[in-house]
Amino acid sequence: MSLETEFYFPSLGLYWIIIVLMMIGFYIVIAHGNLVKKIVGLNVFQVSVFLLFITMGKVLGGTAPILKEGVSTYSNPLPHVLILTAIVVGVATTALGLALVVRVREAFGTVEEDDICALENDA
Amino acid sequence: MIAQHLPILQVVLPLLAAPICMFIRHPRVVWMWAFVTAWLCLPMSVGLLLKVLEQGTIVYNLGGWAAPWGIEYRIDILNSFVLIIVSMIGAIVLPFARRSVEREIPQKRIYLFYTMLLLCLAGLLGMTITGDAFNLFVFLEISSLSTYVLISFGKDRRALTAAYRYLIVGTIGATFYIIGVGLLYMATGSLNIADLAVLIPNIGGNRTVQSGMAFLIIGLALKAALFPMHMWLPNAYTYAPSVVSIFLSATATKVAVYAFIRVVFSIFGDVNILEILPVRNMLMVLAIAAMVIGSAAALYQTDVRRLFAYSSIAQIGYIILGISFDSVTGVTAGVVHLFNHALMKGGLFMVLGLLAYQIGSTKIQDIAGLGERMPLTMAALVIGGLGLIGMPLTAGFISKWYLIQAAIDIGLWPIAFIIVLSSILTVVYVWRIVEVIYFHRPVNPINDIDRAPISMVAPMWILIGATIFFGINTNATLEIAGAAAKALLAGGV
Repeated sequence: MSLETEFYFPSLGLYWIIIVLMMIGFYIVIAHGNLVKKIVGLNVFQVSVFLLFITMGKVLGGTAPILKEGVSTYSNPLPHVLILTAIVVGVATTALGLALVVRVREAFGTVEEDDICALENDA
Repeated sequence: MIAQHLPILQVVLPLLAAPICMFIRHPRVVWMWAFVTAWLCLPMSVGLLLKVLEQGTIVYNLGGWAAPWGIEYRIDILNSFVLIIVSMIGAIVLPFARRSVEREIPQKRIYLFYTMLLLCLAGLLGMTITGDAFNLFVFLEISSLSTYVLISFGKDRRALTAAYRYLIVGTIGATFYIIGVGLLYMATGSLNIADLAVLIPNIGGNRTVQSGMAFLIIGLALKAALFPMHMWLPNAYTYAPSVVSIFLSATATKVAVYAFIRVVFSIFGDVNILEILPVRNMLMVLAIAAMVIGSAAALYQTDVRRLFAYSSIAQIGYIILGISFDSVTGVTAGVVHLFNHALMKGGLFMVLGLLAYQIGSTKIQDIAGLGERMPLTMAALVIGGLGLIGMPLTAGFISKWYLIQAAIDIGLWPIAFIIVLSSILTVVYVWRIVEVIYFHRPVNPINDIDRAPISMVAPMWILIGATIFFGINTNATLEIAGAAAKALLAGGV
């Protein structure tokens, strides 16, 4: 129990970490011209949301949600399960995004957005 | 026995049929398989609608786990109406697809195309039918991921970049949606839409709930291509294969708008978020901007597909405007326009699909003078265009009539005026097409126009005919939309 409280983050601080991570990811998606880096930014963005979900499952003083004698407080497992699904979706999105980048590179010979825009306008 | 499990079959059938396509591989057989699947989905939707009309809301617990712990499929009038739209378009698109896909997509990839089309159908049906906010996210992603792939099948290399951009924007939208769901879950501990509707009024002004609402609305607006979050749409519709443009323009944005309605009127139904002035004003301003700017942008396009893509953005504006009025007439107009616009745009994109098949282009200079050579197809284009304008005797008239009436009912004369203004813009861009078709000489005369196969002409005329049928015979659609609107405004689910 004492271990729990000692390592317990002040929750507000934790949310700031998530927000900063989210904004970093979002910024990369918007600001970067490189298609691969955009995907990386998208991943950071999504991971911050996974963290948001996982933090909300934490019940103060609760242990892992496995039935055990003498334990009455458990963390909420539902957000974890939701995030398992969301992680799968995230992996699929990343894979598809990278596959598209490969095809874009085959078709345009570049993965820089500015160059692609120039090529698109020529055509 | 089977009737009892219809709600789940509606989703599971296309979801299971999709991977089987991967094993069949033979293009013709895969098409047959997809065709049968889509045509099985349609009677299910019709059955569900009839059942709902007869005995009210159907609740189906997945795996027998009771809500709010289990996932619940909840079908009311609005759902079943949207289900009909999706499965009807799916069923009509497939006969059209066979020849069009053979022409536009390499032989060895055709089976992958139908796999994705069925997955997209399953995702859209799932989004519509589910009563669980997280389950909705999962189906949203199933339909979105398959949509990105479908768009990238386009012949032009710009299809790839269009798909990539849609992937980025779509994923941000879906992630916003899930942040919203997470925040609501934090505050209420529930993911069930009906349950959320009951729990949220108790915690009223909670800031977590408010920001959750903002995330949900923005996320879904991105998927619905509400102005100014529409930038992904024109390229996606222009460069995707014809069949994909037809299917997406008629269903994908509609289902996103449906989810939007669910959030506004069901999850936040008892809180009446539309009575909070800033929310309502924001939606109205965006809707009006979409109507005017979408129509104005359509004026400048040189490709007819792109022109109709911009017109879609304007039409989404009409639907959202109807919803933002927060009155029975307004919401009825919005819901009925979901249906009517699906018919009109589906029909119009089918005409363009035929053009792509017969003359290999949809550029406005290439259709010059085609009125003589392809009189029937061009007539269909004109009828669809009249529907977009909202001419009496076409389906578009009904929705606009109700929309203007709703605006006047609540004393917003300027908005009624803007609706007319944007209709005039529509007249201008439709006239531009008519002028080119009938009064211009062909720029570079095309000698060989391929014969249009009956399997493509028939579906086109079914949709174009339906815009006239539902323009004259308005009782059925208006009754259903009206009942849905009344149920929505009564609050809760």
